[in-house]
Amino acid sequence: MKLPVYLDYSATTPCDPRVVQRMLPFFSDTFGNAASRSHAFGWTAEAAVEEARAQVARLIGAHPKEILWTSGSTEANNLAIKGVAAMYRQKGNHLITAITEHKAVLDPMKWLETQGFEVTWLPVDRQGHVDLAQLEAAITDKTILVSLMAANNEIGTLHPIADIGAICKRKGTLFHTDATQAAGKIPLDVEAQHVDLLSLSAHKMYGPKGVGCLYVRRKNPRVRLTAQMDGGGHERGMRSGTLNVTGIVGMGEAARICSEEMATEIPRIRALRERLEQRILRALPDAVRNGDPEARLPHLANVSFPYVEGESLIMGVKELAVSSGSACTSASLEPSYVLKGLGLGDELAHSSIRFSLGRFTTEQEVDFAADRVIHEVKRLREMSPLWEMVQEGVDLSKVKWTVH
Amino acid sequence: MAYSDKVLDHYQNPRNVGSLDKDDPNVGTGVVGAPECGDVMKLQIKVDDSGKIVDAKFKTYGCGSAIASSSLATEWLKGTSVDAAAQIKNTQIVEELSLPPVKIHCSVLAEDAIKAAIDDWKKKQGATKAAEAKG
Ligand SMILES: Cc1ncc(COP(=O)(O)O)c(C=O)c1O
Ligand code: FES
Repeated sequence: MKLPVYLDYSATTPCDPRVVQRMLPFFSDTFGNAASRSHAFGWTAEAAVEEARAQVARLIGAHPKEILWTSGSTEANNLAIKGVAAMYRQKGNHLITAITEHKAVLDPMKWLETQGFEVTWLPVDRQGHVDLAQLEAAITDKTILVSLMAANNEIGTLHPIADIGAICKRKGTLFHTDATQAAGKIPLDVEAQHVDLLSLSAHKMYGPKGVGCLYVRRKNPRVRLTAQMDGGGHERGMRSGTLNVTGIVGMGEAARICSEEMATEIPRIRALRERLEQRILRALPDAVRNGDPEARLPHLANVSFPYVEGESLIMGVKELAVSSGSACTSASLEPSYVLKGLGLGDELAHSSIRFSLGRFTTEQEVDFAADRVIHEVKRLREMSPLWEMVQEGVDLSKVKWTVH
Repeated sequence: MAYSDKVLDHYQNPRNVGSLDKDDPNVGTGVVGAPECGDVMKLQIKVDDSGKIVDAKFKTYGCGSAIASSSLATEWLKGTSVDAAAQIKNTQIVEELSLPPVKIHCSVLAEDAIKAAIDDWKKKQGATKAAEAKG
């Protein structure tokens, strides 16, 4: 077993070796520009790009012509949100999203607010769900876009996108979903789920970094976008710039592998996630699972450890590559806005770890991780004045703290 | 974030973790910080009749630098006089542990905890003397 153990697949994944093999010739042998129409170098590159487009389209039940290449999900989200806002401004100026979205959705929305658009920020419940009745009530005849992610990157909660898509369709507004974390982990089907725009990123699904795509529905309804970059008019004028052929080929291959292997791969990873979580919860009964225990990503576990602080815990488990949802506010490291958004108390918001497993995670790694976390939480508890107070029967919420 | 070797050492082998009897008149207890800020430090000193700190203990909920700052503080406190202890400055802790700017407040917390523990001890001493004078 190699140390540190990588359990941060939601941050990024290694490239699958098959993806790397598929990409290699495109660096220096078949290196053409996919936009070169006058010679074989260009044709070969174009053919490879179109094959990748079909592979990605298949993963989400789309038509290849509905896939626009981008540099990743951040760009895809920006293009979807700002592109729809600019194109449909005549129809209305209202957009809807939720407070637990990724920054790559929240920040374009905030920018639109400075441009005269109105944004409804839906709250979420303790498990990270929006209230669908509240969503439906928020949609007016001025609403041009609803953007709600398929799966949350911190807690893994899955929004019921088929239900959301149906509401949007009925109400006549467009629906964008950031499916960066969901792709390859749960089945996606833009037809069955009534999705109009969908963002993907290659580096979360065993492809390379710096490439992604936006699905843009072509009919029922035909979605139009205002380009956010001006240039050579690539990608039907919606996204100029010479295509990253190597990266795109890699993303295509990554999508192919996910489509073909998801059915066997996901149950294995889910079982490992359950094993990790059960071990930890059995040894530390007051640890708290965050997110929806049922409707959530199969490879992710977000657990809070009361009475120990997140940053010190991460420091203690340095043999594990994991993410902390939070750290002390005073050091300008804010606790996660997602955990805050769930309404988690301070003790819990300050002490969470996100474990995300993946294709190359082994049982041995999971057991090692569980043991390390259990050991370190126990050690830090012995050092924690909060744990001591709780053992003495003190109610922490009644203590008068010296807030600084 | 990269931690200095001294921070790592105190974090991995914290000195003087534990508790003293907070009802002992010779023990001063300081608790500073708040759970919502992500840091709570409890620091205790035990003082003999000559005003010397004979024991010091801490418990800290906070980042590694906060744990290291309080661990170091207890090392410095043991064997010193209350008056000298009151002079300990957070900047000395910053220097000794090579804390980066974002971690300076962890050392401030340790200084505050020392002061709070001394104040508590002084208050108790005052109360004991008053009780003796009365009796
Ligand atoms: C939900 C979600 N959206 C967007 C992004 C950004 O993706 P990219 O790194 O491809 O820009 C991420 C990854 O951090 C994510 O998890
Ligand atoms: S206790 Fe706040 S960052 Fe150290």
